[in-house]
Amino acid sequence: MAERQDHREVLLHAEDVVMQFGGLRAVDGFKLTLHQGELVGLIGPNGAGKTTCFNCLTGVYKPTSGRVLIRGIDTKPLKPYQISALGMTRTFQNIRLFREMNVIDNVIVAGLQHARHTDFDSIFRTPRHYVEEARLRERAMELLAIFDLKEKYDLKAGSLPYGDQRRLEIVRALATEPRMILLDEPAAGMNNKETEDLMHLISKIKRDFNLTVLLIEHDMRLVMGICERILVLDHGILIAEGTPSQIQNDPKVITAYLGAEEQA
Amino acid sequence: MTLTDRSARIRFLKSLLSPTLTILGMIGVGIALDIITNAYVQFVILLMIANTVMATSLNLVSGFTGQFSLGHAGFMAVGAYVSAWLAMHPALAGAPDLLKYLLLPIASGLAAAAAGYIVGLPSLRLRGDYLAIVTLGFGEIIRVVILNSPAIGGARGLYGIPSAMPLEEIGLSAFSTQFAISSAWCVITVFTLWRLVHSARGRAFLSVREDEIAAEAMGINVTQTKVRAFVISSFFAGVGGALFAHSVKYLNPATFTFTKSVDFIIMIVLGGMGSFSGSIIAAAVITILPEMVLRELQSITGVDLRMVIYSLLLILFMILRPSGILGTLEIPDLLKRFKRKAVQNG
Repeated sequence: MAERQDHREVLLHAEDVVMQFGGLRAVDGFKLTLHQGELVGLIGPNGAGKTTCFNCLTGVYKPTSGRVLIRGIDTKPLKPYQISALGMTRTFQNIRLFREMNVIDNVIVAGLQHARHTDFDSIFRTPRHYVEEARLRERAMELLAIFDLKEKYDLKAGSLPYGDQRRLEIVRALATEPRMILLDEPAAGMNNKETEDLMHLISKIKRDFNLTVLLIEHDMRLVMGICERILVLDHGILIAEGTPSQIQNDPKVITAYLGAEEQA
Repeated sequence: MTLTDRSARIRFLKSLLSPTLTILGMIGVGIALDIITNAYVQFVILLMIANTVMATSLNLVSGFTGQFSLGHAGFMAVGAYVSAWLAMHPALAGAPDLLKYLLLPIASGLAAAAAGYIVGLPSLRLRGDYLAIVTLGFGEIIRVVILNSPAIGGARGLYGIPSAMPLEEIGLSAFSTQFAISSAWCVITVFTLWRLVHSARGRAFLSVREDEIAAEAMGINVTQTKVRAFVISSFFAGVGGALFAHSVKYLNPATFTFTKSVDFIIMIVLGGMGSFSGSIIAAAVITILPEMVLRELQSITGVDLRMVIYSLLLILFMILRPSGILGTLEIPDLLKRFKRKAVQNG
């Protein structure tokens, strides 16, 4: 445990995470400690390994070496659904909604892990089935209302406009009742106005749901605007960590990230 | 809006009503069919019911959970032989007749479900088409095992399978008794699968079909969900096999070939992957087609055109209506649409 000065609960602790695909080290020595209530940004040029980091943290990939602890529990033997049960959830860069399912069913499925009824209850339509289904539905509607998706609850998720799909992914993630949410480029493909709304929304859900947020984003305005701490990844290696102003003035970051952009 | 215990209990009691009424209605239908149809048509009707059970149960795995199974006939064979063997077993000779034939499908279902668990557990852990290969192999293994088991008839087949005695005291002939048993199990199958899929827990099956990675990230145990679907589906395939055994009264391993599994796949593809109503319609059509239409055609042309016509049907459907007759819609959805239109028009 590196940073002992912070007395908030450590939710996520990753050290020396390496992810190797054949001859490619997509992530090399990634480390991160997330405390309760933080909002941390993860940035880096295209192909820097940001999404691979997310996949290592959420158990989609098993890291080649290194450790990922969530609330002190080693996630190595755990499957992604068990990691989700520890209170970590995510959204996806290339939206992965259940497209052929209704908006509300997308949200209900994510809440299932907290439901107490079984297949038996549902087949025989026992009283417990009705109680639990009503509770799941009600909770899903509440979440959809926060994101202005309530009216669209019975549309196919795949038929929603792009921005709605991005927001529905966040709603679905929140339905798992997480402590920590990992957002993978939530503002991708959004215009300035939408990005700004999203910024407020992220701050709001962080406050209202008492969440800890780790965010991958390309939109600098969003990252610099809301993140308290930023990590910069380049070619799989962490090259800088600090507050937004520190990062903006870090020469390594400028060459790796912003410098590359100037050339283009 | 939270449901009180009392209203939940009332809803539970109400939910028992529709399956019970449907079963009672089907008994009436059986008596009517007994009067207006001949023995051959009655035989086809019993086959239709068994095929409906097979198609709807396969739809749970393939249509709703998105796993491709090529061995549904194998589970049907397990169910059929278990039920036939038990029915002929002297130890059960003294059991009350009707009760015996009502409960035999449960034994068949459990045997098939056990087979499904053994086959599904290793192959469903993997993503992709492994299940198709494993189930294909399983179907063949079962067939060859039966072929080489003289105790259950071997290659000669199993003759003289008994069925329920007619309940003449309440006006049921041999056909309407078997029809009542078969349709009761068919109603149980359809209601069970329907209620499972149309519930929050059933939505987990669909989420696995839609996106395994996302489902897993949202806390769904994907492997367990797939195995669950597969075991439930195998159970009802076993039930379908039992109904088949006591309707046909003769079992032969050659019945349960790979082609039989393909028949069920054709039913769910034509009916619509993800629509129970579609499976029921397609099961009826595909059962009647070879018996009543293709048989005539064969006597005229002298060749068996069944597979040619199935293939043509499939190709035509893939071009004209790739999602099948009903797609993912169910008949209640259609009725709702129809009503909405009627309201708009007048």
